Amino acid sequence: MSDIWVVIEILRGEVKEISYTMLAAGRQLADGLKGKLSALLIGHNAQALASTLGAADRVLCVDHADLAEFNPEAYLRVTTAALQEHSPRLVLFGHTAIGTDLACGAACRLKWPVATSCRTFAAAGGELRYSSLTCGGKIIAEGPIPEPNCLATVMPGGYKAEAGKVNKTPAVETLSPPALDGVRTRFKQYIEPPAGDVDIAKQPILVSVGRGIQNKDNVALVEGLAKALGGVVSGSRPVIDQEWLPTTRLVGKSGKQVKPKLYLAVGISGAPEHLEGVPEAELMVAINTDAKAPIFDVAHFGTTCDALKLVPALTAQIQ
Amino acid sequence: MNIVVLIKFVPDLVEDLEIDASTSLLDRSFLRLIPNELDEHALEEAILLKERLGGTVTAITVDFGDVDETLFTAVAKGTDRVVKITGEDFSQGVSNEKLAAIFQGVLADLPCDLILTGTQAVDDLDGFVGALLAERLGLPYVGYVTKIDVQDGKLVARKEYPGGLNADIEISGPAVLGIQAAEKPPRYVVTSKVMEAMKKASIDEQEAGEASVEAELPVQRMSLPETGARAEMIEGSAADVAAALLKLFRERGVLA
Repeated sequence: MSDIWVVIEILRGEVKEISYTMLAAGRQLADGLKGKLSALLIGHNAQALASTLGAADRVLCVDHADLAEFNPEAYLRVTTAALQEHSPRLVLFGHTAIGTDLACGAACRLKWPVATSCRTFAAAGGELRYSSLTCGGKIIAEGPIPEPNCLATVMPGGYKAEAGKVNKTPAVETLSPPALDGVRTRFKQYIEPPAGDVDIAKQPILVSVGRGIQNKDNVALVEGLAKALGGVVSGSRPVIDQEWLPTTRLVGKSGKQVKPKLYLAVGISGAPEHLEGVPEAELMVAINTDAKAPIFDVAHFGTTCDALKLVPALTAQIQ
Repeated sequence: MNIVVLIKFVPDLVEDLEIDASTSLLDRSFLRLIPNELDEHALEEAILLKERLGGTVTAITVDFGDVDETLFTAVAKGTDRVVKITGEDFSQGVSNEKLAAIFQGVLADLPCDLILTGTQAVDDLDGFVGALLAERLGLPYVGYVTKIDVQDGKLVARKEYPGGLNADIEISGPAVLGIQAAEKPPRYVVTSKVMEAMKKASIDEQEAGEASVEAELPVQRMSLPETGARAEMIEGSAADVAAALLKLFRERGVLA
């Protein structure tokens, strides 16, 4: 088999951007192997979305009322049944809250290996390879994608989602879902994001703090700088988890995607999960004492100057 | 509720990582291993649940080397029982597939209502331990969980999606949950409490059984990312760098 599958990710009736990144990757690999690209679309009354998946040769729709929202066990059952039946060479999932639940469970159930946090793939001479980003973006791991079947989770960054948006009509087929009785998980409700705070996605100037700021008191220093610059403070995951900033200020994979004119990263190492949130800052400046921090690979300007000295100095000079 | 927490040790990313030229893999000879941060959140969530609902917390890790202090710290925080799985030198690295198989063996003799672990670990490559383990145990799995509740006798896991959106997932019966963040930051315990735990508590050692792994991901080569488009670095004292940044912000129209 040389077919590539993409498990499409939908949240609240919308195809998530990572699906198009995966389609872009999948298209290249399928063409390289002279195979077909299939998109697996799981949901309820979601068939209309198939027309947006033109990068695939065919879209396989699974429809059931119990699949209206993501339900871990039901979706896993549907996914493994379809993969078992069709046995594709490689299956791509998002490296996301939905995709990783499914990929890891399916890997174990099907006894197929899974490669997580993949950025790029290569297809040469009939052989497939993965390249994965691990250890907070500090290590790249590579290897062959084992025959005959394998699963992978895909992070953004290796392929342009735009390349996965093709204005073509794919063939649409319907797959009947397996019996969904006895499923032990059930979607109950969505909890909306807290309202009332500033929307960091709309701010032109963000001063973003990471673990390197050391403690909560130092966040006030950064707030002073943000104010002087006419911007607001945002942060990376560890800072939010320590409750130094509210969750509304989280930049990254599980938070907001921002596109400010200035993104000033203070004590942020630049793990892939964080960088997902800043794909297109016009000007990114990083302050971090670790000269090897991955943030310096994406920032336009950087300094290893101690933030606790630099931030007050910069604030004073602006004022 | 009886809860088991699984802890994995991972490279401390604050230290420099090097590649071993002979294996082309991560050089583990001087690697400092620390408990995976999200596993510490899993432990915190377990202790919060115990405080709310009663029951017990058992923390399990495999012998990655220097793990005793972490286990005694868990006791000082409120863990009832700590288990160390021995039998191999796991400090040389172990795949998640194998780790899941080892945990499966230990959990066979350890009935519980809920198994918690970090959603992911910083050095994951072949899947997430919790999700792989759930399937081996035939239990449902939900990852990216930031809050756990019990309503009408059923677990309710709050699953985190991007942009601050969350979903509540209801689960019937026992489950494995991958924790993204505990409801509160992991508690801090003073050294004297840890010392006290070392005197009073003991670590149960258990031999790892046969771990059968059916599907392994080959890792052929590791490398440090190439630093192609590197940031232009600004050197000097804090005042020098501040002046350079101020000039830059003005040139780019960020500041008037």
